[in-house]
Amino acid sequence: MNLLDFFRKKPSSGSVAKDRLQLLLVSDRSACSPEMMQAIRDDIIAVISKYMDVDMDDINIELTTTEVDGSRKAVPTLYANIPIKDVKRDKGTQS
Amino acid sequence: MGEVIVVTSGKGGVGKTTTTANVGTGLAMMNKKVVLVDTDIGLRNLDLVLGLENRIVYTLVDVVENNCRLKQALIKDKRFDNLYLLPCAQTREKTAVSPEQMKKLTEELKAEFDYVILDCPAGIEQGFKNAIAGVDRALVVTTPEVSAIRDADRIIGLLEANGISDNALIVNRIRMDLVKKGEMMSIDDVVDVLAIKLIGAVPDDENIVIATNQGEPLVGREDTLAGRAYMNISKRILGEEVPLMNLDEGNSFWKRLRDLFRG
Repeated sequence: MNLLDFFRKKPSSGSVAKDRLQLLLVSDRSACSPEMMQAIRDDIIAVISKYMDVDMDDINIELTTTEVDGSRKAVPTLYANIPIKDVKRDKGTQS
Repeated sequence: MGEVIVVTSGKGGVGKTTTTANVGTGLAMMNKKVVLVDTDIGLRNLDLVLGLENRIVYTLVDVVENNCRLKQALIKDKRFDNLYLLPCAQTREKTAVSPEQMKKLTEELKAEFDYVILDCPAGIEQGFKNAIAGVDRALVVTTPEVSAIRDADRIIGLLEANGISDNALIVNRIRMDLVKKGEMMSIDDVVDVLAIKLIGAVPDDENIVIATNQGEPLVGREDTLAGRAYMNISKRILGEEVPLMNLDEGNSFWKRLRDLFRG
């Protein structure tokens, strides 16, 4: 234990319990089955692929929580990280 | 026409039966005609908490199977003339009754009583489905523990999915000494996490153990914190605005001083 740890207050077990529950209940409530997540992933890729070449191997889509600015409330968030290899020019010039 | 209220929790052992007995007796003390229905077929206990275990002749299952009339199965309470118990069978299973039959039964009881209070079994299977079949509103009981809160959240979701949206939370067995040290979630923390309206908070009180041993509900006993907390819940069910009591009084200086003189 270094000196800094000594002064840093350890979080009480009550607040640890609350934090753990808030995270857990989001996934409990969203009740997203793996099949549903796969379907969401496939649909998102299908839409993006119309306009861009995406890197299929490095796509990461998951359900997480984000803290809303200014409040301590965490909201469920669909996080999608989709690397783009190239933009399809023919689609881009249509507009 | 009365109101049908289910006392439910998901997790076992958080105080559903104790809550049913005390809140129901509290309503009877305020001159409401009340029937308490044990829906935990095979694991009945409400009779024991009320001290009526030796008076059971017919049960809810007998009523449903037309072995007796509803009136014959109702047991009048020892203390209050307007309080009744409808016990359930101990040697049958949850599947002995269907949700449709429960709905019909609660309709009949509703015509006769001001409040029909159902003690729900733990779990989310058939027993739970039976208990919520004919319900107007729900009291969700939890303790300030992670497992009980998680199960309560699941129950709230299932109630809403079944069209029961008037749900209120009872936080049971709070230990203020631990809350103060930050080692137990506070009432506010629990309400925050579950995001439903609070109808009452009951402290962890040794008098509950004593009262249950004797088969006497504690509600209305002004000298006990839990007895007062349960009475407040009964009043709030009637629509009275009762402020949340200070659960910390058990250890206050004045309480200790008073106890000293009481001997």
